[in-house]
Amino acid sequence: MSPMVDVQHISYAYTKKAASRSNLVLSNITFHIQAGEFVSILGHSGCGKTTLVNILAGYLSAGAGTILINNKKIRAPGRDRIVVNQENDVFPWMTVWDNMRLVNANKETIHTCAKLVGLSDVLNYYPNSLSGGMKKRLSLARALVVNPDFLILDEPFASLDYMMRDELHGELDLLFSVTQKTTLLVTHDINEAIYLSDRIIILGGQPTSILAQLHINFSHPRSKMIENSKRFSQYRKRIKESYFMSRFPKMLKKEKKMLSFL
Amino acid sequence: MKKLLLIVLLLAIYRAAYVLLPFQHFLPSLFQLFATLLQLLAGTEIYLNIAASLLRILIGFILASVLGITLGLLLAYYRGLTDLKFYIELLRPIPPIAWIPVAIMLFGLGNVSASFIVFLGAFFPIFTNTYFGAISIPIIFRNVSSSFEVGAMRYFSKILFFHTLPYIFAGLKIGIGTAWMSVIAAELIAAQSGLGYFIQLNRLLLRTDKVILGMMLIGIIGYFLQKIVEYLETKLIVWR
Repeated sequence: MSPMVDVQHISYAYTKKAASRSNLVLSNITFHIQAGEFVSILGHSGCGKTTLVNILAGYLSAGAGTILINNKKIRAPGRDRIVVNQENDVFPWMTVWDNMRLVNANKETIHTCAKLVGLSDVLNYYPNSLSGGMKKRLSLARALVVNPDFLILDEPFASLDYMMRDELHGELDLLFSVTQKTTLLVTHDINEAIYLSDRIIILGGQPTSILAQLHINFSHPRSKMIENSKRFSQYRKRIKESYFMSRFPKMLKKEKKMLSFL
Repeated sequence: MKKLLLIVLLLAIYRAAYVLLPFQHFLPSLFQLFATLLQLLAGTEIYLNIAASLLRILIGFILASVLGITLGLLLAYYRGLTDLKFYIELLRPIPPIAWIPVAIMLFGLGNVSASFIVFLGAFFPIFTNTYFGAISIPIIFRNVSSSFEVGAMRYFSKILFFHTLPYIFAGLKIGIGTAWMSVIAAELIAAQSGLGYFIQLNRLLLRTDKVILGMMLIGIIGYFLQKIVEYLETKLIVWR
């Protein structure tokens, strides 16, 4: 079975105008996502995660490589893949209802999606009177209203406080269990990635490439208690090792040597 | 209450200047002003002049708003029209008053000339604010629109226009002030009715009382025009 999302050898460089040289950000990124799979891309700030999202969304064209969604090469943004952004991306001059109605006129679908994310009671509200968490829910509901094949979440919870983030993780996991929507979460939060994903792709290096991939064997929907489990800690340890190995290889060797004496 | 106190204070200063300084021979007293005001309010002359000025401002301001907003949005949306902005920017520094001789040559004395000057006074601030407001639309809104495949017409009317609306109102508020100043300036030279003409005529007739009352009316009407635009802003921009 061919994967729903097929990313092949993507590279991207920002051109430095003054020196007429290019600055390679992404190098030979290749991965696949199966239909109904929840995959996270994990990497530190500034490693090119958002650039990758912009390429997947069709806002940027990759310098090299191809992206196929349902075996179709992507050339421009489209309703088959919707991004929920880190920044506030809902239109402040439209009510919750109008934000969703702009993209889909079907009232029943709007009501269903609003109910799914818990916005049924605030349909007439303007986004400015909603909390940060509610705005994220609206952004998610607006994405679901068009029923995209592929959902891209670009650090959607980065600007929220810990408690709100925790609450939304649970809701997103439940939502994913219900909709089985193929999802790519881009994050720098290790716990978030482990808690939500079926698979984690770790980015790092200079230029950024894929360091490792890790399958997460917890079934959906997940309890928050898994974060205290031994398996969860093991996943975290493995991610940290892959990540630090790429960033500070010498330091990690020293640490391992020191630990071996203890 | 504070505003009322300030007006009383201004009147007191006027009275003090009248009594203490040697202005009596050409400056009317407050009582004389009040008597002239009553006389004016009882007649029709002042109402006709106010109506003439308001009609000109209405025509000029509405035309300037429609054209300024439309062009501002179009130039921001279609990058191919950027050259047009260059020509607008060339005309922008020319003060509306400098156009009066041209307006008289083109349209003669009267409503059309004065409305043309009003149009020029209001158009540039409205256009400039609209254009810079529209080009400041966050890239995220453009990205979201393209992802959801929002068509050009809907993007223009539902997204770009509403994003720009607060900037448009900033332009309209500046524009209504410059339009009002322009109509008075135009009427001083290029019209035979209106508050500007009323002041000019009474200056020649040495009726300083009517000149001062005309000036006061200009201030009061200008204030209310500004308030009307501000009221419309609060009614249309409800999401803030």
